[in-house]
Amino acid sequence: MTETGRKAVLKASGLSKFFPGVRALDKVDFELAEGEIHALLGENGAGKSTLIKLVTGVYGRDEGTIQLAGEEVDPKDTTDAQRLGIGTVYQEVNLLPNLSVAENLFLGRQPMRFGLVDRKAMKARAKALLAEYNLHLDPAEPLSRFSVAVQQIIAIARAVDLSGRVLILDEPTASLDAGEVQVLFRIMRRLRDRGMGVVFVTHFLDQVYEVSDRITVLRNGRLVGTRETAELPRLELVSMMLGRELSAEALHRGGRREVAGEPLVSFKGFGKNRYVEPFDLEIRRGEVVGMAGLLGSGRTETAKLAFGIEQADSGEARVEGHPVKLQSPRDAIRLRFGYCPEDRKTEGIVGELSVRENIILALQARRGWLKPLPRREQEEIAGRYIKLLGIKTPDAERSIQFLSGGNQQKALLARWLATDPEFLILDEPTRGIDVGAHAEIIRLIERLCDDGLALLVISSEIEEIVSYSDRVVVLRDRRHVGSLSGDEVAMEPIMQTIAGA
Amino acid sequence: MKIHTLLAGAAFAALVGLSTAAVAADKLTVGFSQVGSESGWRAAETKVAKSEAEKRGVTLKISDAQQKQENQIKAIRSFIAQGVDAIFVAPVVATGWDSVLAEAKDAKIPVFLLDRDIDSKDKSLYMASVTSDQVEEGRIDGRWLVKQTNGKCNVVELQGTVGSSPAISRKKGFEEAIAGSPGVKIIRSQSGDFTRSGGKQVMESFIKAENGGKNICAVYSHNDDMAIGAIQAIKEAGLKPGKDILVLAIDGVPDFFKAMSEGEANATVELSPDMAGPALDALIAYKKDGTMPPKWIKTKSTIFFPDTAKAEYERRKSLY
Amino acid sequence: MTGMAPAFPAIRKALPQIGALAVVLLANWLVFPGFFDIRLQDGRLFGSVVDVFVRGAPVALLALGMTLVIATKGIDLSVGAVMAIAGAVAASMTNAGHGLPLTILAAIGVGLVCGLWNGMLVALLRIQPIVATLILMVAGRGIAQLITEGQIITFVDPALIFLAGGSFLSIPMPVVLVILMFVLTLLLVRATALGLMIEAIGVNLLSSAYSGVNTKVVLIAVYGWAGICAAVAGLVVAADIHGADANNAGLWLELDAILASVIGGTSLLGGRFNITLALLGALIIQAMNTGILLSGFRPEFNLVVKALVVLAVLLFQSPQLMGMLRVTFRRAPK
Repeated sequence: MTETGRKAVLKASGLSKFFPGVRALDKVDFELAEGEIHALLGENGAGKSTLIKLVTGVYGRDEGTIQLAGEEVDPKDTTDAQRLGIGTVYQEVNLLPNLSVAENLFLGRQPMRFGLVDRKAMKARAKALLAEYNLHLDPAEPLSRFSVAVQQIIAIARAVDLSGRVLILDEPTASLDAGEVQVLFRIMRRLRDRGMGVVFVTHFLDQVYEVSDRITVLRNGRLVGTRETAELPRLELVSMMLGRELSAEALHRGGRREVAGEPLVSFKGFGKNRYVEPFDLEIRRGEVVGMAGLLGSGRTETAKLAFGIEQADSGEARVEGHPVKLQSPRDAIRLRFGYCPEDRKTEGIVGELSVRENIILALQARRGWLKPLPRREQEEIAGRYIKLLGIKTPDAERSIQFLSGGNQQKALLARWLATDPEFLILDEPTRGIDVGAHAEIIRLIERLCDDGLALLVISSEIEEIVSYSDRVVVLRDRRHVGSLSGDEVAMEPIMQTIAGA
Repeated sequence: MKIHTLLAGAAFAALVGLSTAAVAADKLTVGFSQVGSESGWRAAETKVAKSEAEKRGVTLKISDAQQKQENQIKAIRSFIAQGVDAIFVAPVVATGWDSVLAEAKDAKIPVFLLDRDIDSKDKSLYMASVTSDQVEEGRIDGRWLVKQTNGKCNVVELQGTVGSSPAISRKKGFEEAIAGSPGVKIIRSQSGDFTRSGGKQVMESFIKAENGGKNICAVYSHNDDMAIGAIQAIKEAGLKPGKDILVLAIDGVPDFFKAMSEGEANATVELSPDMAGPALDALIAYKKDGTMPPKWIKTKSTIFFPDTAKAEYERRKSLY
Repeated sequence: MTGMAPAFPAIRKALPQIGALAVVLLANWLVFPGFFDIRLQDGRLFGSVVDVFVRGAPVALLALGMTLVIATKGIDLSVGAVMAIAGAVAASMTNAGHGLPLTILAAIGVGLVCGLWNGMLVALLRIQPIVATLILMVAGRGIAQLITEGQIITFVDPALIFLAGGSFLSIPMPVVLVILMFVLTLLLVRATALGLMIEAIGVNLLSSAYSGVNTKVVLIAVYGWAGICAAVAGLVVAADIHGADANNAGLWLELDAILASVIGGTSLLGGRFNITLALLGALIIQAMNTGILLSGFRPEFNLVVKALVVLAVLLFQSPQLMGMLRVTFRRAPK
């Protein structure tokens, strides 16, 4: 029996998982009741997927026990977990698109007749099964003929049919539109009403409040708590996830400026269908605009639209009041934009090349291949920024991949500073950087702003945003939901806006 | 696998006598599944097949398989459906024919294989195969060389692609022919892959390795193209092909006749493009009185020399 | 930095290749003592060691383009077929009575078009290079056969034949053409920023694009250059045998060119490249081929010997293995 009086279908106690050098999950308890939808929340690296993988037997656990309906179990792999009654559906539907719907539903357990697959029986059973989900389609058609939403439902139907006690949905709504999400929710509710336990992993807070009964929050591999959804205010949920006490911390330092004047860059109704809803955004010279929101709220997406990596399908961008074309990074660089991406390794550094080559790359690209920077000039530029930003490297010819994260980040900043930019977008500039370099980068941001640059800085660290931003834009569920300035640039208002309370 | 066109040899001369029987036959229809038209020899084979059929009043339906077995199988099936009197196949590969040839057998349509054999345990699947005797081709060159040099000659050999059946057979035949003459020795042997540039490159190294070519009395090449490359190599080394070094080969392609007519080569054994003619004769005889042809119809191998080269070149230019 | 200092690391980096070439040449000398003999024949250098350079020219030319393609993390399987097309075009043009300049221009133009086609499939349609170039590898030989109608088109135009049979300052023309194309390639990539961009794209396409590198244009240009190099190689091969052999010209040479690039230290994963070392790679391969021909081994051994030597060269280049050997040798005396 759980604390709420419902019978627990799945109970994990003291689960731990160690990877070399990392404690991915640290003595986490998790309890799923019969007939409930249980949201599992946490930022990246909080341990959600590790927990799911332990429960479904993908990983072996290092500590702890798993009980299913009161009996201790030890799933060896996903098939074993399914047999025990635990089914999982991932964001990327892992069915076989070129097989028929019926084959996907019954793969590995096809009804047999005289030693052959009984296609007729299989089709009939598939039809009946899908009818339970209000899905009336020809099961002989290949799966790839149907939308992601339908494929998702088919995946759920297979998982439920196979397992029947626990259904784990890992970010099922990420690629669905609003109508499709509602269909999915109806199915989830019906499964709940049939007595199944449903685990729902998502980043969308609105959806959590719409559909879930209870919420479990993980952070840094530890359990923060399990609460009844109805009794947990959004603000408190956000603080559980981000791990910040909501005291009016004295982070709000003086010197926040109301930067006046014409905006350098402005976006109006700028957006892309199914990517980021249209937003308005203005940034002035010498102004730092912070961008806050949970993971998946549309922060990086906004940056990629603003830098031309993704092409907007609505609205317009202006620089100094003139409409501009923003179809590619090359367009953006021509407008003297720069972008330090969140994923330094795959989108930022060019690993095997030297620090010097990494620093001059954008400048060289803008000059064109026919006008090579003379080697002496390259060395001079690289040397200057290595000194200016304090990049710790034995010399400029060192491969950038051997530098620490913080120094790589500085080199990327140098790459853009070398192009003499007017507008810089920094996506999580301090992620994965040690404390010392962290502070340096923040000081650097402040200094760049003093030099008259327009800055748009994305960060998950709210204190950090508060410390350097003149204004803060808050995003939720791929929507720009608020813009805070002046005294509002503080922990509590930002958290409240993120939570949407 | 490379498709080389060196798998048979026969002479026109031998056929003239036989073909007169054709007149008596009813109008026969024959389906011919040709491999493709990847080489001049192959194109000539098709061309000759047409004219030989016309000569005998046979309707010939030709299907070009573009080097694909599945196309050949399709063509054979369609010939069966059309109810032709016989099917000629120049098989692109040696295996995989059993089931489609069994279909032809069930339909009582005789099948002739042209210029290549197939690997099949069941020899009753086809009536006869018309191919050249490649060992004999090598023997003819070898015998000529022994006679020409009075049994004293250092030969370098340009082999075909390693492991291919013409390379193995032509080497074997040549070695048999010179076996009785201890003065005729193969001093070097390498593969030139049946290509001109391969022949040239190998010959270059032979010349250097054999004292600037002074030790070499003749080059025996498994096909004409390699020999043409070798002729260039000999010239570039400052020697006279055909005189300082004798050049003999097998195939009878026009360019080699041209070289012979210019005195730069000495002999070639022709691989006759006329594969259809002997097959047609066998077919007509079978239809007339049920005469079963031999399982292997060997085309005749004829050796050609510079004296007739010019005329042969002119004749072949139109054929190829 | 001035003087010799920068040259030392360059030579040290080339040590495995230089060493391998020296060992192969030495082996050739052992099996054939006259290997290094050189004389003039009709005003042209003549000898086995000259053959290594002349016969290695087609693969060396291909390797120039191939190395750039591989540096972008690509591969071009079509160069052998492009050689055949270029040779067929040249032979047809010269037999139709066109002069040498127009003939060369047409052949190189066709090579460029083939290369641009590959580049567009890779850069614009984002087809994996191995698949994109496989299309032309297969179809290209067919196109060449269509041009020659399945026969070897021979020609007698001395101007075209000069491209392989002629010489300049006694140096055989194929070698002259390799030097010319090598210098052009070097200028193209190192006197401009193209080399840096190629390496950046090969290491990290996304980062390069986000830094404003025009990845599409660079990719198309690189495949285009590989097409031009293949066309020049096709001209040399056709001129060499005084004919265009659509079935066999350049057959499997793409694999030798890839091997030359790899022996030259360019990783198939893209990134840093060195066309000088790729040329050394082509020479190593040809020195091996020539040595095998001179050795008098039975031809059945050719491929086995070649494979063993290549294996040895690549092992010699492997930092892991070298590290292990170093440790072993250091321990040995104790």
